Amino acid sequence: MVPRTVAPNSFAGRLDDPAANAGYEAPPPRKGFFTDTSVCIGCKACEVACKEWNMVPEDGIDLLGMSYDNTGGLGADSWRAVAFIEQSRPIGRGTPAFDGTTTGGSSDALQQDVVAAGIDVFEEASRLGTALPGGTPIADAAAAATGASGGCGCGSGGGGCGSAPAAAAATTTTAAPASEQFLGMPGMLAPAPLPDREGRQDVRWLMMSNVCKHCTHAACLDVCPTGALFRTEFGTVVVQQDVCNGCGYCVSACPYGVIDKREGDGRAWKCTLCYDRLGNDETPACAKACPTESIQYGDLDELRERAEARRQQLHDVGVTEARLYGEDPDDGVGGDGAFFLLLDEPEVYGLPPDPVVTTRDLPSMYKHMAVAAGAMVLGALVSGLGRRS
Amino acid sequence: MNTPGSPTEGAFERDPHPDADPRRTQNQEPHPAHQGGQSHHDPLGGQAARMWGAGMGRRDGAAVDAPGGPDGGKPRRRGGRRRRGDPNAVVPDAEFRSYYGRPVLKRPVWTHDIAYYLFSGGLAAGSSMLALVADARGDATARRNLRLTSLTAVGASAYFLIIDLGKPERFYNMLRVAKVTSPMSVGTWILTGFGPLCGAAAVFEGAVLLPQRGVWGLARTLARPAASVAGAGAALFAPLLATYTAVLFADTAVPSWHEPYRELPFVFAGSALASGAGAGMLLSPVAQAVPARRAAVLGATLELVAAHRMENEHGLVSEPFRIGRPGKFLRAARALTAAGAVGAVLGRRSRVVSAAAGACLLTGSFLTRMAVFEAGITSVEDPKYVVVPQRERVAARDAAAATASA
Repeated sequence: MVPRTVAPNSFAGRLDDPAANAGYEAPPPRKGFFTDTSVCIGCKACEVACKEWNMVPEDGIDLLGMSYDNTGGLGADSWRAVAFIEQSRPIGRGTPAFDGTTTGGSSDALQQDVVAAGIDVFEEASRLGTALPGGTPIADAAAAATGASGGCGCGSGGGGCGSAPAAAAATTTTAAPASEQFLGMPGMLAPAPLPDREGRQDVRWLMMSNVCKHCTHAACLDVCPTGALFRTEFGTVVVQQDVCNGCGYCVSACPYGVIDKREGDGRAWKCTLCYDRLGNDETPACAKACPTESIQYGDLDELRERAEARRQQLHDVGVTEARLYGEDPDDGVGGDGAFFLLLDEPEVYGLPPDPVVTTRDLPSMYKHMAVAAGAMVLGALVSGLGRRS
Repeated sequence: MNTPGSPTEGAFERDPHPDADPRRTQNQEPHPAHQGGQSHHDPLGGQAARMWGAGMGRRDGAAVDAPGGPDGGKPRRRGGRRRRGDPNAVVPDAEFRSYYGRPVLKRPVWTHDIAYYLFSGGLAAGSSMLALVADARGDATARRNLRLTSLTAVGASAYFLIIDLGKPERFYNMLRVAKVTSPMSVGTWILTGFGPLCGAAAVFEGAVLLPQRGVWGLARTLARPAASVAGAGAALFAPLLATYTAVLFADTAVPSWHEPYRELPFVFAGSALASGAGAGMLLSPVAQAVPARRAAVLGATLELVAAHRMENEHGLVSEPFRIGRPGKFLRAARALTAAGAVGAVLGRRSRVVSAAAGACLLTGSFLTRMAVFEAGITSVEDPKYVVVPQRERVAARDAAAATASA
């Protein structure tokens, strides 16, 4: 019980070292996640690894009927949850050229180029991978290679185009040896057109492994009335399950809808950023299991630099919709310990576009409460005025 | 293919061969596997186009009808947007995007017990303040009944708070810390101060049952001043007890609880005063209910004015206070509270009118609390209350930045 002066920006605003602000002396560097959704393949290895390591119970085998995401989002029993979005967008600004004719719309023709050219999507993906600079849109390569060969590029990637007429007659001789990239997954080809030469496409899949953001200003931690939630020396936010009494305040306070009460248990549960592993200098389970380095773990400062470089790299190759989410230490929650690179607006992934820690307004709330309480006292005094009749 | 009445038809049904024929184009004959009610809407083959047809992931608005759909051509109510309200409204429903229409925030896990607690806590606070007034004025019946009401209400409050916990047997963990950043912790300590004082004041009222002589007589004599001291102490905590709950609700991410954080303490303060006054009017003879009637008018006015602002000043986030269950509750609460205030003025001589007005005020206060509780739930169940105001905030910030740099 050593009284400490409350540093400015303890409730909101920029705060560079939340662990030191919480009272740790010389804490280790702040740890976090950078989740690069541009390389997420939706394999859910993170979900499984998280459940295994943290012994998170099964959360209902449901078919949600909306997309390939049947987890549905984060919760007490889903500390990692892979969002899956299938987007369909009209090609260009209007109807494709030649649409309605027997040759079909132009987009379809361009799409076929990719298949016919034997483009190996894994090869192309690896050129744009998590670390390598440079790279070209798949469609450019397709355009360059069309006519040069008739190979089936996705032969190594599984059955993605196995039933296509072009592929059926093709050999695999021209496909680049891609055994290093082969992940044993089904084909990468979406059941829909690939990007055309200008990067436009009819359908795309967005995948994002969502997780607790470990906010710099964590509302769940602020409002917890038992002190069960605490800030660790790594700057993360963890629930002490032997203290939590299940009041549920954190559930309503979280601006991301992450933490929840576990059915039948009554206490609040969420990602701990594998606090037990961190203490042993181990990588959290989800990052360890991620096969595409979509989930990257490390010192937050370094991750922020890496993320900005990645965003720039994607912009350089024409993926101008790439944007970082939660990396800004000046945002409404003081920046997230776990932040993301997204390919669309945050709300498309189920994330709030501009979250603000509710505690930011707490001083004003208490002021209004004081005035209202004063009004009550005044009301009671006025009521009691005058002599008894 | 279409099962009438099945809500998940269409978007849910999987194409057996989603990528069977990538060369298939929009104007070619549909693949045999795709011959069905939706094949001409489904040029890509598979779930994507169906979800697109159902309006998912689209920026520009209304869902496209799937012909032969189970609902006979009515717009689907799936996807990111739902149309509701007045079809002739001038202002169109807000357009926004979302993750398949799923909520962004978690639904509060608090049950209706917490709404009941808002009422019982307010009643305990309001009646203990009016008990102090009655004590000062020497209105013995009013004082006794208000103290007993207060004790009953605070007992009910503790009960509702504890059974709503996920681990009720750990309720005492609330007492291991005192945290200003947690209104629940602040409230715990307010209740810890208020409860015993309120209880003592009410229990000492029982001293009239003791014999007048001997040791018991001494206790009986001391009980009166002791009750006054305890009652005054309770009345000191009471305004905090009545208003901290507003901060408790406002200090969340729930849009319709957080945004009206300036009005909510006044709504709850007025409601608490009105309910305490209602109890006073219901349980006291008219001669002793003068302060209660005044407090009824003051409390009801404060509640109605603040609730009106809460209901109208916050754009989209005010909407849950006007629609559905919370809207019904709030309209009923307004009518009852206004009726109670009028009855308080008219009921100067009639015990019946006075008591009826008191009952109106109590019910009105209860429904106000229910409305606030339910409005918050409504505002997290539909992602638009989270996404649209935040989008507007971002847009305003971007516009300001653009102006500044220009």
